[in-house]
This record gives sequence, structure tokens and C-alpha cells, in this order.
Amino acid sequence: MTTGQHISHKFDEEVEEVTSSVLSMGGVVVQQIEKAVKALLAGDKEMAEAVIEGDLKVNTFDVDIDEMCNRIIVMRQPTATDLRLIMAIIKTTSDLERMGDEAKRIARQAIDISKRGALPEQFDSIEQMSTRVTGMLNKALDAFARRDIDESFNVIHLDRKVDKDYENLVRQQITYMMEDPRKIPVAIDLLWSSRALERIGDRACNICEYVIYLVKGKDVRHVEIKELKKHL
Amino acid sequence: MKNMMEVKDLTFTYSGASEPSLKSISLPVEKNKVTALIGPSGCGKSTLLRGMNRIHDLYPGHRYEGAINLLNPDEKGYTNILDIKKEAELIRLRQRVGMIFQKPTPFPMTIFENIAYGLRLSGVKKRADLQEVVERSLRDAALWEEAKDRLDHDARGLSGGQQQRLCIARAIALKPEVILFDEPTSALDPISTLAIEEMISVLREQYSICIVTHNMQQAARISDYTGFMYLGEMIEYDQTDTIFMKPSQKQTEDYISGRFG
Repeated sequence: MTTGQHISHKFDEEVEEVTSSVLSMGGVVVQQIEKAVKALLAGDKEMAEAVIEGDLKVNTFDVDIDEMCNRIIVMRQPTATDLRLIMAIIKTTSDLERMGDEAKRIARQAIDISKRGALPEQFDSIEQMSTRVTGMLNKALDAFARRDIDESFNVIHLDRKVDKDYENLVRQQITYMMEDPRKIPVAIDLLWSSRALERIGDRACNICEYVIYLVKGKDVRHVEIKELKKHL
Repeated sequence: MKNMMEVKDLTFTYSGASEPSLKSISLPVEKNKVTALIGPSGCGKSTLLRGMNRIHDLYPGHRYEGAINLLNPDEKGYTNILDIKKEAELIRLRQRVGMIFQKPTPFPMTIFENIAYGLRLSGVKKRADLQEVVERSLRDAALWEEAKDRLDHDARGLSGGQQQRLCIARAIALKPEVILFDEPTSALDPISTLAIEEMISVLREQYSICIVTHNMQQAARISDYTGFMYLGEMIEYDQTDTIFMKPSQKQTEDYISGRFG
């Protein structure tokens, strides 16, 4: 509702600081996912290891942001929009941290696959899926930064496409497995990775739900998509 | 009837003032609930509270318009307390609608007499009856354990928090229907404050409570409903959760989140 300044200038600075930390964290997570998928497609073991190492950075953000929120709660006793912002930040951060874990999971599969050697056609649809998912996450972070309800709504809608991508990918890998049993180990790795991407898409939607909560004060977490518009 | 009191379109002008201090205020005080009034200094919240037992009338010349309805003891219908003219009825009103002030105001007498004084005025004469009510009131005000061995000591020897609880005991000894609290903890330390808040949450079971407080977290902690006042107007009244988590008025939001209006 309001974005006016607090009487306490320091409070404004604290809110600014924690918000920009969330966005930086989001940026790092997007990079982690992109790098993990790249490593998967290219069979690049070194890049995959860098992703696994990079998760430490994500975890550090997680801890630091929680601490900043704790400090704001204790010192400022936030209410109304401020309270909802802090709630949204705490929840967004924990979703981002889990997305970082999913990126790490993909990186582990990438190391596995790099040892096995996969056939390029097997990767086809995962690339498309990962582009869609990172796009969603970028948009969700954007919606968070601008407190943009419409954009949040769009992202939540996009998740259906990701679910479709996932279904297609599963079907495709099953076909490969039936055609040629030598493709089974790679197919299983790819299934795990696509599952991770699908989860990242869900968590990007969660972030958008927090944005709606932040702006509208309405908790839409367990609301069906077709019911969602009524709440906005 | 779920409302114990109903303020309706109340406009109040202090003696000699050209502008009213309260402008067409409406406020329900629900039975067995705590209603909090918040707002910046000068917004009229204390003025409103003091209208609710006509304590303004201790000084002449103020002007009331509108109505302040109090539920009749038989719970059938309401009486507009602004219609009360006789002094004796005003005194009776203030027994039914008690008030606790910011600063504890013990009388310069013993702890026992502080409570017995009002009881005697209202016609309780027997020592045994007095003793019984004094004990019950002190228990309800969570002061009995601390005071039972020193009932004959001067009340001014109590700590600030204890004195405030004594004042509450003194008010509830008269079996009021409504208790009005005007910043009851702003002169107390945090522990005494919590003791009073705890007591209010227990008192709610028997009384209807309206409290003015500058401490917004206190309003959030202890009240069921909150009204936000500004410049003599009731800007927003709603369930306390709504006021503090998702107020509908920008002015309310700005005030409770400490923003420039």
C-alpha cells in the first residue's frame, strides 16, 4: 500500500539492505542453475564442481538474511506492510536456498553423466525446460523487486508449461530407455535433473505468492489458479 | 446484545473551544472484549475515553452531541448516558463504568481502606462483607499475594506497578460493567506492564474493557479490536489483527508502521 519513508531513517536503510540482499541472493541462484544445466549439457565436470562449491555462497546469504530479519523484528517490531515484507523475505530466502540445493543436485548428475557419456539427442528437451525455469525465476525476482502483482500472476501461469515440459521429458526418456537399455543410466540422471528443475519452477511460483501476500495482504498459497484472479 | 457500550456520532467540544475535539465518532465496545484506541497525541482518544463515563463533567461547559449508549443491567435495551442529569446518577454511572488513569492514584490511606472506601460509599457496611470484597478484588487484580500481609499499611508504600493494580482492584470492587484504561502502563516498568497486561486478559472474562495506549505493541498484544484516531476522527476500527497486519486506511498504516503521514 504505502512505500513512504519511515520516521526512522535507519529502519529504511535496514529494509533496503535486506531487500537488496535477497535480490543478490536470487541472482546468485539463477547463475548456479544456469551453470549446473550448462555443465550437464556439456558434460563439464569442472563447471559442475564449481556449482557444488558455489552453493556455500547461497547458504551464507540464507544465514545472513535470516539474521538481518531477526534484527529488524527485535528492534523495529514491524507491522502491516513492513511485517508482511519481512515474512515474505524470510520465506523467499528459504525457497531460494532450496533452489540452490536443486542446482547442486543437477551438478551432481552432471558429474555422473560426464563419466558415462551421453548421446546429444537425449538432452533435447531439458535445455528448453531450463530456459523456461530460469526465465520464471528471473521474472519472480523482478516481481519481488517491483512488488508487481501482474508479473507474479504471469509467472504462476507459466508453471503449467514447466509441468508440461516435465511430462514430455519423462515420456521422451522412457522411450529412449525402451529403445536402448544403454541409455538407461543417463536417462535416470536426466529424470532427476528435470525433477529438480520442475521443483525450482514451483519455488519460483512460491516467491510470486509471497509478492501477492506482501502487496495485497492475501495469502494465496493454497489457492487454485482459476480462483486466484478473484483474490487480486 | 454483544455490545456493552455504543458510541454513536459523538461530537465533543471542550468548554471555550471553537472547534470540536471529537468529530462524529462511532465506536462499539463489545461485551467481554478488549477494545484499544490508538493514535498520536491530541487525536482525541483520551477525550473519547473520558466521555464514556462523563468524567469531563467534573468541569462545566463542555458540549456533547450524539449518543453514548450503555447496555441496561437487565440487558434489554440501552440508555444514553449523555441524558444523565442528576449528580447521583453520574456517580452511579462511574461505578458502572470505572476508569484507571495513567498515574496510579492511591488514596492516602491503608491498602484495605483504599478499596473499602468506595464500597462504604455504595452502601456496604458490614466488616465481613467489606473484607470479602477487598480480598476478591485484590485477587482479581493479582495483588492479593503481595498485599495480604500488609493490608493495614499505607498504600503509598507500594511500588508503582502495585499501586496501579490497587487502583484496578478499587475499580473492580464496585463490580463495574466496563473498565476504561487511560494509558495504564505508561508510567510503569516493563515487568509491571506485563503484569497489568496479563491481568487485563483475565479481567476480560468478567468485564468489557476499553484501553487507550501509546504503546502499539501493547494494543496488538491485549486487544480484540482496535480503533485508530486522528485529529478527532475515527479513521479505522477493525479487529486488532487486521489493523496491525493489513489495515485498510493509508493513515493507519503510516501511523502503526512509523512512517511520515
